[in-house]
Amino acid sequence: MTALRELSEVPGVAGDEGKVREIIRQQMQEHADEIRVDALGNLLVIRRGSPDLPRLMVAAHMDEVGLMVSHIDKSGCLRFKKVGGIDDRVLPSTAVRVGCKQVPGAIGSKPVHQQKPGEQNKVIESDKMYIDIGASGKEEAERSVSPGDYVHFATEFEEMGDGRLKGKAFDDRAGCAQLIELLRSDVEVPLYAAFTVQEEVGLRGAQVAAWEIEPDLALVLEGTTCADVPEVEDHGQSTALGEGPALGLMDRTSFAHPGMLRGLIRAAEENSIPYQFRRSTAGGNDAGPISLSRGGVPAATVSTPCRYIHSPVSVMKKSDFENGLRLLSAFLQDIERGFRP
Amino acid sequence: MKDMIRAFVEEFGVAGHEGRVRTIIADEIREHVDDMHTDALGNLIATRGPEDADATLMFSAHMDEIGLIVTHIDDDGFLRFSNIGGIQPHRLLDERVVFANGRVGTVGVERVEKMKDLKMEKLFIDIGCASKEEAAEYVEVGDAASFHRPLVDMGDRLLSKAMDDRIGCAVLAQVLKEMDSPHNRIVGVFSVQEEVGLRGARTAAYQVAPDLGIALDVTGTGDTPKARRLDVSLGDGAAIKIMDMSLITHPGVKRLLLELAEEHGISYQREVLEFGGTDAGAIHLSRSGVPSGCISIPTRYLHGPSEMVDCSDVRACVDLAVALCGADLSRIDR
Repeated sequence: MTALRELSEVPGVAGDEGKVREIIRQQMQEHADEIRVDALGNLLVIRRGSPDLPRLMVAAHMDEVGLMVSHIDKSGCLRFKKVGGIDDRVLPSTAVRVGCKQVPGAIGSKPVHQQKPGEQNKVIESDKMYIDIGASGKEEAERSVSPGDYVHFATEFEEMGDGRLKGKAFDDRAGCAQLIELLRSDVEVPLYAAFTVQEEVGLRGAQVAAWEIEPDLALVLEGTTCADVPEVEDHGQSTALGEGPALGLMDRTSFAHPGMLRGLIRAAEENSIPYQFRRSTAGGNDAGPISLSRGGVPAATVSTPCRYIHSPVSVMKKSDFENGLRLLSAFLQDIERGFRP
Repeated sequence: MKDMIRAFVEEFGVAGHEGRVRTIIADEIREHVDDMHTDALGNLIATRGPEDADATLMFSAHMDEIGLIVTHIDDDGFLRFSNIGGIQPHRLLDERVVFANGRVGTVGVERVEKMKDLKMEKLFIDIGCASKEEAAEYVEVGDAASFHRPLVDMGDRLLSKAMDDRIGCAVLAQVLKEMDSPHNRIVGVFSVQEEVGLRGARTAAYQVAPDLGIALDVTGTGDTPKARRLDVSLGDGAAIKIMDMSLITHPGVKRLLLELAEEHGISYQREVLEFGGTDAGAIHLSRSGVPSGCISIPTRYLHGPSEMVDCSDVRACVDLAVALCGADLSRIDR
């Protein structure tokens, strides 16, 4: 899990994926026929494989949700905007790092004893919060940060409990780590890996990557929402930790291609790999723009369930990650043996 | 046409699950077209007309209908679901729904105090099973369901689920049968996944690369008691779309359609729709842009279990589309 530790802790808020890209690029150097970075910053890692087999695009997004400094107050506190979907309720009192110098900071808001009656029961809006970097005034703050600086959550990766992992940005560094492993494995299928940018702000990188790659088939590897926790009724849970990789059925941007979905289910069942369906139709992922690229591409999504995604900390289970990888390998072998959706 | 319309609307074909509708449409048009194939996303693409045509005219009618998708089966055998396409929860209350395998259920609701608390997550489907195990024999998570309503022939008017947009599919099938087009290559696209974001038409338009794109789809009416203002009425003819939320009709296309309706004595009305969109929205933004428009079939009670059309409007839409097939498309200018 050292690869996932490094990928989880490196900052890469949407639009600022360079550090993530560098780590992946270095790891992929000896495993690729070709590596290139496109105009938007997508990292394309290509293993040409056998020309008789369909060209498979596998996408995982490098970006994570985070914040951006929008203004520095006279007091030296930083106002910010959210980059990607973040619930305001998870932000107060969170430890963050700001800008390329990784300046430590804490998200502050009006303390509870100074809130007016009524305010205490309301969610504090992110516009009313600020980042405290310990500066005593605007000029001092400006020496280390500027408006436009990205802000990421300062969360340490740790293993805990029974094979569970805690860290930030598992959405979608879990997918990135799986894709790295897949590229290292021994496969004949022409593998066009796209480590994409700006998924969290509108599935942007995948759109141009798919256009460039022109795949015959596509898979998207995601870290997805999971709510097998207290206070959530069964039918409100999207996925459950430990029940295996989650196959997407439908979300706001695509349906799983029926043939691809059948192939994944068959691969799981024939190899006794546990799997579950993603039981929510909210959200969207890179499969949307990929499936609608050019004349259309059969696409499906394989996700690792992650609790508390889009927050400073998420929790996933190693076995789901590993079973997802087994499923991908089995599915690729089926393609080598002639499976077509 | 009524038999064809009945067959089309009664078939199961929720967005993402258009296979069966595609099969019956393919059977219906097979002997009338020169070529026909299904693409990567499931669009049925049929072609008629000369190889060395002056221009390619693409029609698009979507095969998919709105519906529900099962997200969870509880221990007592009740199914929780999410919507596929735009459905308001109140239109589902006590409604019967049917799965692809024919299993029928009714939509029940948790106790709610006020109508405004009626949310999709308060609803469930009861398929008459007493346990999770029993329900799982008929339905799995991810299965789709549609409204369970047969077509009612009211004489001049027809009532059914899925008029949106099987009536457009029927119009397109009829056009492919009746058309005479010495100059233009006609490509009829029966598209998928319109209801969830104009998806099929987008990739089909890329493949076809047409010179002119026309959606054949339903539109609302403003002719019922205290309806939202919309100058479209059932029985007043084909609706020539001027604009909706997805498209401002290309001025040359608009002019051509209006002129053709006048020249051929086809009854028509102008449609300015303040909500919704059609496949033309996706087609006109394909590649470097495609002049596009839409011939709409006026339909009451859209996105509900009982959508109503008038046969004379359907006929007018066929006539206008057939006239367009035979037209000189170089008449389209700015």
